[in-house]
Amino acid sequence: MTPLAFYSSRSGNTARLIDRLGLGGTPLPPVGDPPRMDAPFVLVTPTYADGEGRGAVPKPVIRFLNHAPTRALLRGVIACGNRNFGETFALAGDVIARKCGVPVLARVELAGTETDIIRIRAGLSHLFADLEAPCSIPA
Amino acid sequence: MKDFAQTRPVPRAINWNRIEDDKDLEIWNRLTANFWLPEKVPLSNDLQSWSRLTDEERTLTIRVFTGLTLLDTIQNAVGAPALMPDAATPHEESVLTNIAFMEAVHARSYSSVFSTLCTTAEVDEAFRWSAENDHLQAKARLILDEYDATASPLRRKVASVFLESFLFYSGFYLPMHFSSRGRLTNTADLIRLIIRDEAIHGYYIGYKFQRGMEKLTEAERQEMKDFAFGLLFELYEIEARYTEELYDPMGLTEDVKAFLHYNANKALQNLGFEALFPDEACRVNPAILAALSPGSDENHDFFSGSGSSYVIGKTVATEDEDWDF
Ligand SMILES: Cc1cc2nc3c(=O)[nH]c(=O)nc-3n(C[C@H](O)[C@H](O)[C@H](O)COP(=O)(O)O)c2cc1C
Ligand SMILES: [Fe+2]
Ligand SMILES: [Fe+2]
Repeated sequence: MTPLAFYSSRSGNTARLIDRLGLGGTPLPPVGDPPRMDAPFVLVTPTYADGEGRGAVPKPVIRFLNHAPTRALLRGVIACGNRNFGETFALAGDVIARKCGVPVLARVELAGTETDIIRIRAGLSHLFADLEAPCSIPA
Repeated sequence: MKDFAQTRPVPRAINWNRIEDDKDLEIWNRLTANFWLPEKVPLSNDLQSWSRLTDEERTLTIRVFTGLTLLDTIQNAVGAPALMPDAATPHEESVLTNIAFMEAVHARSYSSVFSTLCTTAEVDEAFRWSAENDHLQAKARLILDEYDATASPLRRKVASVFLESFLFYSGFYLPMHFSSRGRLTNTADLIRLIIRDEAIHGYYIGYKFQRGMEKLTEAERQEMKDFAFGLLFELYEIEARYTEELYDPMGLTEDVKAFLHYNANKALQNLGFEALFPDEACRVNPAILAALSPGSDENHDFFSGSGSSYVIGKTVATEDEDWDF
């Protein structure tokens, strides 16, 4: 079971980021039934907001998170976007963090830089090491 | 049929209820929702700030803005229209008309800044400068030659993405720099509206480029990629000289170049390619990044900070009826 779930539209930036991370990942389909998760995972999603911040979280991601048992397993979100969108940069991460009570683990532009890849790999391996050793999590 | 080679066929009436490519509708909706005019921004609030700039800073600002005006003029009158005959769907053609119009709004906006802040003589001098500046003219020439080369729709898209996602940034740097110091903040708000539009333009044209690449053979794809990296390199050489000429007197050239490298890499990503410049060459001044996306760095990312000042989500009005919870 891979610990990442991700959505990427046909422009493919998020999919390229996932590829480069080399950790695998469960893709969310653009239409149809979203997959359901059965172990703790991290979500990677792009941001598609309008100028007012509406619609930041892609619909397939919303449908995926609407399933409560899947949502309960979400441990954090990696938000993709582009700084050129100003105040709504990587806003999908903030929206999901607020609604699901999880941290924004990283904000990434487009398909990410080499530095992003290293940072995310290291961060994920710590996060999942902690999750596998429940006694180390403070109450 | 008789010899009607010169007669254009009647186009099919466009049906927006039969979409071949979902991105066309998605981008149409976003572009139209984001529509704006320069009158929306209270530029005259920058008058005091403008009067406190040095003569050198004022001349630089006006020159940079005439350079940006030229790029928007090209994209409005030549670039976006040149992509229309290549459109894969009728809806793509419609989106391109929207892009073309917004380029006219962008070009027009710089004149709003000028009429609010500057004297006619200063502005006339700057337009003369831009018409005669070798570097500015050289980059315009390279792009126009690709637009006019009839052979390759994909090469036109490469040139267009480089204009949208790379060439503007030597200019956009300056208002972001001023804004990071609390100067010309209303002008910066206007520039951020332009930057957001250009982001969608570069994204969309890059997206269509990627769809076109899928139809090529492996060898043709490699050739196209070599062309793209070659053109970027040529444009970069010009941009580097242009940057030195403009920013050396203010001691900002190295800072601007990092910003150029960073944006060149993003332009390549819009085309579906990997980065050209290594991360060490792309260390953009954090003040410039913060000026691009104000407010977005207030919360610590878990993976980059200690996590101690970490806050779960900020309050933003982003309700979407699809959420069930
Ligand atoms: C119409 C549109 C709106 C966008 N809005 C935002 C935004 O509000 N904030 C942001 O950070 N990125 C925004 N982006 C940029 C995308 O999140 C970015 O290109 C991302 O890499 C797309 O991922 P994908 O290619 O996997 O779909 C937007 C892109 C488009 C085309
Ligand atoms: Fe423009
Ligand atoms: Fe544009």
